[in-house]
Amino acid sequence: MNDPPLRTMKDLPRQHLLGTGTAMCAGCGGLEVIHQVYDILGDKTVFVNAAGCMTLLAVYPFTPFRGSWLYTAMASAPAGAQGIRDALDIRLAKGRIKADEDLQAVVLTGDGSAYGMGLSATSGAIERGLDFLYICYDNEGYGNTGQQYSGATPHGARTATSSGRLGHAGAKKDLFAIWAAHRPVYLATVIGSEPLDLARKIEAAKNIKGPRLILALSPCPTGWDFQPSETVHIGRLAVDTGIWPLKEYRDGKIVHTRKIANRRPVEDYLKPQGRFAHLFKPELNEELIAQIQREVDEYWAKVEAEERGE
Amino acid sequence: MMRTLLTGNGAAAWGARLARADYLPAFPITPQTEIIETISRWIDAGEMDCRMVTLESEHSMMTAAGAAASSGVRVFTATSSQGLLYAMEMLYTVAGWRVPFVLVNVSRGLASPITLEPDHNDILAMRDSGVLQLHCSTCQEVLDCVLFAYRIAEDPRVRLPVCVNLDGFYLSFTREPVTISNGEAIDAFLPPYDPDDLHFQANEPLSQAVAVLGGGPYSYFRYQAHLAACNALKVFDECASDFYKLFGRQYAPVESYCCDDAEIVFFMIGSFATKAKAAVDQLREAGEKVGLVRPLLLRPFPEQALRQALIGKKAVAVVDQNLSMGKGGVLHTELASALYGKATSSPLLVSFIGGLGGRDISSTEFAEMLAVTRQAVATGQSPPPRLLFSEAELREVRKLQTIAGLNSTRKENIS
Repeated sequence: MNDPPLRTMKDLPRQHLLGTGTAMCAGCGGLEVIHQVYDILGDKTVFVNAAGCMTLLAVYPFTPFRGSWLYTAMASAPAGAQGIRDALDIRLAKGRIKADEDLQAVVLTGDGSAYGMGLSATSGAIERGLDFLYICYDNEGYGNTGQQYSGATPHGARTATSSGRLGHAGAKKDLFAIWAAHRPVYLATVIGSEPLDLARKIEAAKNIKGPRLILALSPCPTGWDFQPSETVHIGRLAVDTGIWPLKEYRDGKIVHTRKIANRRPVEDYLKPQGRFAHLFKPELNEELIAQIQREVDEYWAKVEAEERGE
Repeated sequence: MMRTLLTGNGAAAWGARLARADYLPAFPITPQTEIIETISRWIDAGEMDCRMVTLESEHSMMTAAGAAASSGVRVFTATSSQGLLYAMEMLYTVAGWRVPFVLVNVSRGLASPITLEPDHNDILAMRDSGVLQLHCSTCQEVLDCVLFAYRIAEDPRVRLPVCVNLDGFYLSFTREPVTISNGEAIDAFLPPYDPDDLHFQANEPLSQAVAVLGGGPYSYFRYQAHLAACNALKVFDECASDFYKLFGRQYAPVESYCCDDAEIVFFMIGSFATKAKAAVDQLREAGEKVGLVRPLLLRPFPEQALRQALIGKKAVAVVDQNLSMGKGGVLHTELASALYGKATSSPLLVSFIGGLGGRDISSTEFAEMLAVTRQAVATGQSPPPRLLFSEAELREVRKLQTIAGLNSTRKENIS
């Protein structure tokens, strides 16, 4: 509550809480996010996990978390948070624990759960006004099983189940809009390559009560096919090309927290990733690249128009 | 103490109230809904200090139940049929969390075809989940079993969820006189919940339900849960002894009715066993040496008690109110495993399927089952599972098919 405001990178926590040596892949963009989130949230937390890559963070008898952890199942991590939150409230109300023994319930799922089978449980938790924080690491596919396409996979991306010439036929679901339609108290997109923006948002979310949701684009070296050393670079390109807008939702309003003066062409983001290689080789798929560019342009044109009050 | 008329659902709700359940994650489904509505009314009237939350599915409901039970509160929940199946993934999961809570299942036949009336395929589908099972035949038993269930679930030697089963309609909506005890006797039987170190709180970090790598640690935890389930046999006996002293009602893991001199014994669970009791009375009047054996406890399986009750009988007519397609009755298989392969000679087992989707079992049919069983004893051979169905019922189905303009006999199997 009394933490100093986060103005520059120098204000970010110096001490890192999450243990190392986990089973995550080298260069994991999801783990990058969790490290940063945990530094802000601290160990008075219980992470309620759904089936996904991060399930392998805690493997008996080891855990990188100093605080608590509960693995549930793929579809119902928000319901696990509900049970824990309610139990803590009951124990507080009945005087069975002291206020300083209270915990923050944090749901941790991938996009496979968040965009698909966990959506009903999330919807229910938000509608009930559950006091919880939801962190979705979105690597745009069922990563833990070898990157099959999910509801989060972008149009055209090659995955283990969309390996044809045109890649994934579907389009990425707008989970931010779906969550926002539930009117939670706080909602934001983040990315690990923008630590200050991420820290400010987690800090904001930490100090509010009610349903708070964080959608983190998580560049995935194994699933997206790029070198682990490129994770931060790919993340920055996602932001600089305007493909991953950094924004937050509060009180019914969406504010973009990072304006890009001169957006780079989407090609800059697509080209370094093996999952989009078929757009460039053996021949350039100008039409599809143009379509992806058009969708990004249309998104930002709408945002700018709204900001001008049109 | 008060004695009043209660439905089975009302008795289940009273069980939760007497147990001072802290938390009720809920989801409505017929024929269970009356339970959560009753508790909800008590909460609203300030008569019960419990927090209720309606989840968006039984899957989430069971997740919340397990998570809250991991967090140091006494949890009660209830469902039926499709709801139980929808929650199935979590039933297995939360049993593995080794958390105590009580689930009431109001049995109802499973789709397809969809129906509302009872049989036991729902509860038997969770047989291997690690959630223990008590099967009730009267409304009084429903209330008492909820209290038993908490004692067993919370015992440090067990620490598993316990399910109390009652049949939809036949018990859930039938009023019977029930004694509701209160005060010190309840406290003495079921003290306030002591979660020991099973809770999430800031000063004691806990990792629950973490992954394991490899079959070794996996087997270790699965074996632990199995051995804990087996411990519930002893705990049940201790509960029964305490309960009898405090309340004067006697329970055993296996009920034997008119069995001492019986040659042939019916074997059933749930409320339909009361029909078997009435049939036993009638048949005894006609000079038949028959009895009834009814397990109240199905998980853990009271093998010793069953052997004690049944070894030395000529035959057992197993009436399964469930059907394992391509095999037959589940209880028949279970009982065979308890009785066979031992040094002593075992009674002949004859298998019957009846009471599916609430279908009645008439006293005539009990007499007929006895005749078939006697015939099996005479020939020394058990017939294949008999599917109870009358000519009148077939005529009724034919009538419906005629109304629908169907002639489905060419696709039909008749044995």
